[in-house]
Amino acid sequence: MSTPNASGWKPGTPAKDDHGMDGPPTVTGNRALMLEEPLIFEIGTSQTTGVDLPDVPSSTSSRLGSFTRADEIGLPGLSEPEAIRHYTRLSRQNYAIDLGLFPLGSCTMKHNPRLNEKVARMPGFADVHPLQPVDTVRGALEVINELAVWLIGLTGMDGVAMSPKAGAHGELCGILCIRAALEARGDAREVILVPESAHGTNPATAAFAGYRVENIPATGEGRVDLEALKSRLGPDVAAVMITNPNTCGLFERDMKAISDAVHAAGAFVYCDGANFNAIVGKVRPGDLGVDAMHINLHKTFSTPHGGGGPGSGPVVLSEALCPYGPLPFTARTKDGVVHLVEEENAEAFDHKHAFGRMTAFHGQMGMFTRALAYILSHGADGLKQVAEDAVLNANYVLRSCDDLLEAPFGPSGPCMHEALFSDAGFAEDTTTLDLAKALIDEGYHPMTMYFPLVVHGAMLVEPTETESKASLDRFIMALRSTAERAKAGDPTLKTAPHYAPRRRLDETQAARKPVLAFDGPCAPAGTPQLSEQGGS
Amino acid sequence: MPRYFTDEHEWIDVDGDNATVGITDYAQSQLGDIVFVELPETGSQVSKGKDAAVVESVKAASDVYAPITGEVLESNPALDDDPALVNSSPEDEGWFFKLAIADKAELEGLMDAAAYKAFCDSL
Repeated sequence: MSTPNASGWKPGTPAKDDHGMDGPPTVTGNRALMLEEPLIFEIGTSQTTGVDLPDVPSSTSSRLGSFTRADEIGLPGLSEPEAIRHYTRLSRQNYAIDLGLFPLGSCTMKHNPRLNEKVARMPGFADVHPLQPVDTVRGALEVINELAVWLIGLTGMDGVAMSPKAGAHGELCGILCIRAALEARGDAREVILVPESAHGTNPATAAFAGYRVENIPATGEGRVDLEALKSRLGPDVAAVMITNPNTCGLFERDMKAISDAVHAAGAFVYCDGANFNAIVGKVRPGDLGVDAMHINLHKTFSTPHGGGGPGSGPVVLSEALCPYGPLPFTARTKDGVVHLVEEENAEAFDHKHAFGRMTAFHGQMGMFTRALAYILSHGADGLKQVAEDAVLNANYVLRSCDDLLEAPFGPSGPCMHEALFSDAGFAEDTTTLDLAKALIDEGYHPMTMYFPLVVHGAMLVEPTETESKASLDRFIMALRSTAERAKAGDPTLKTAPHYAPRRRLDETQAARKPVLAFDGPCAPAGTPQLSEQGGS
Repeated sequence: MPRYFTDEHEWIDVDGDNATVGITDYAQSQLGDIVFVELPETGSQVSKGKDAAVVESVKAASDVYAPITGEVLESNPALDDDPALVNSSPEDEGWFFKLAIADKAELEGLMDAAAYKAFCDSL
C-alpha cells in the first residue's frame, strides 16, 4: 500500500479508510500533493556527497593528514536539491500561523508582521557586534533606549532592565533585584509566596534564587485569595509573585489591595507580565503597585517565538528596585546622546548598586528592533486596540461556546485574552485529548490542553488579536461540532485524527521509551543517486 | 497491617516501625498514563506534607508528598524500568518508597479506607 522504508517504519494512514478517504492505493505512498517522506538517513547514503571537493593532492594519501578513518561516520550525503526537497516536504506536513488560526495563542506564536522582519534585517541592526566601539553603533543604542522608554511608559514604571533573554530569565532578574534591595537594608527574608493561579515558572524562579516557596490558594472564581494572602504575610516573606492576567484567563481585580498589603509587610510585588498583551495600553502595572514585571516581547510585541526565535524578557522596575537593576543599560543625557552604562561608568551615572549582569551583553538586539517596529507601526492607540481585540476575540469564543462546553470561570465575568473550558459533560471515556485530535481533522492545531491544572481536562483557547470575525466563526463552528461529538460519545473521536499525515501517535510509548537518535544503517550503497537520475 | 490515606491521594501501609508509601488508584486514574517516576534516595529524610517524589504523566508532572516524616529505607526499583506499574497496580506493585517512621503520632488525622472513599466520592 505504501512504500516500506529502511527502518521498517510505515506511514500510519491507509490509502483508503472508513471515514471518507477513497480511491486506489498508490505505489509511492504519496497522495497527489500529500507526499510521504522518509527520514533523511533513509534518503542519502554515506558514500555520496553533495559537495565537489578538489582531488586529494598527490603528495598526501588522505584528507585527514596522518589520521585514518576507522569506521563509517553514519552521516547521509545528499545533493542540495535533495536536502531542500526533504525539508520543504516536511514543512508541508506542519501547521503554522501562516496557514491558519493557532489557538495555542501568543505564548507559542502569533502573527509576526513582515515589516518587523524588514526592519530587523537592516544591516545597521543585523550586522552589529556587541564589542564594536560605541561610536559605531549609535543607531542600535538609540533603538534599545527608545524601546526602553516605551516599555517604561506603557507600564508606568521607573526603569527597565533590557538584557534578560526570556520570560523566566526576566523573572530571575526581578527576584535578584528584590533580594539586592532586601540585603541593602539588612533584611534577610526567605519565603516567596506564589498563588495557585500563577505561571509554573514563578515557583521555579523563586526556588532557583534560593527562596522557599509557599502556595496561596485560589478562590472559587479563579483569583488569588486575598485574605489567605494577607494572613500569610510576615517578616519572613520577601516577595509575592503574581501572574496578572492569571493562568485562568482572569484579571486579578484585587491587585492594588494585594500590593498595598505586601508593601505594608515590607515585601515586594513581582508580577509575571507574560499576559501583558491582554492589558497593554489599558492598565499600567506601576499604578497597581507592582515592583518588578517582565514583558515577553514575543507575546505582547509580536517578535517570533514559536518558530524557534530567541526569547526576550525585559524587566520593568519600580523606583524602589531601580538602583539594583543589572548592567549594562542605556541612558540618554541632557545633550541627547544615548550612553551605554557599564561597570566603568556606572558611578558617573549614579548606579553603584547594580546586583551584576544577567548576560554578557545588551540583550536580544533582533527582538528589540522587531518590538520597536511593532510599537511604532501601531502607535499608542494601536497598542490599546491590540489588547481590546485580543480580549474581545477571546470573549467571543468563550460566549459562543459556553452553552455547549463548560466554562468553569465563565460566571466570574469577562475573560482576558484566553477562553478556558473544561471536559465536564463529555461522554464517559471521551477526553479532551480526543477532542483535540478531532480538531486536527478539521484543519486546526489544537488549543492548550490540560493546563491550567486546576481545571479538569482543561482547554485553553487564545485566538489572539489577529483573527477576524469570519476566521473566528469558522473555528467556533469546528470547535462546537467536535464538542457535540464529544458529548454524544461519537466513537470516531477515539480514532481521530483520520485525515492527518499520521493517525493517533502513541504518546505514552514515546515518553516512556523515546528513540532520540537514528540507529539504523544509512541507505545502502547503490541507491540511485542524482547523477543516475539525470540531474545536472 | 493498617492502611491510611491522605487528602493528597497517597496511601501508607504501616508495618511496625516502618511504612510503605504509594499513590492511590484514584490518583493514577486522574493523572493518566504515567511515564516517569522520580523517587527519593535511600537514606534521605522526608517530612510530613512536603514533597518526596515526582510523578509525570502524559498530562502533567505532580509532586507526591510524604504522608508522615521519616527516613527513606528503599525506593521501588521496578518503577525505573516500568513506570506503568503505577497505573496497573497503584496500591500494590506500584509502591513508591519505604520509610522508617519518625513519629507514629503523625498517623493520627490520616484517613482510613472508608473515609478516603467518602472523600473521593465528594470530589
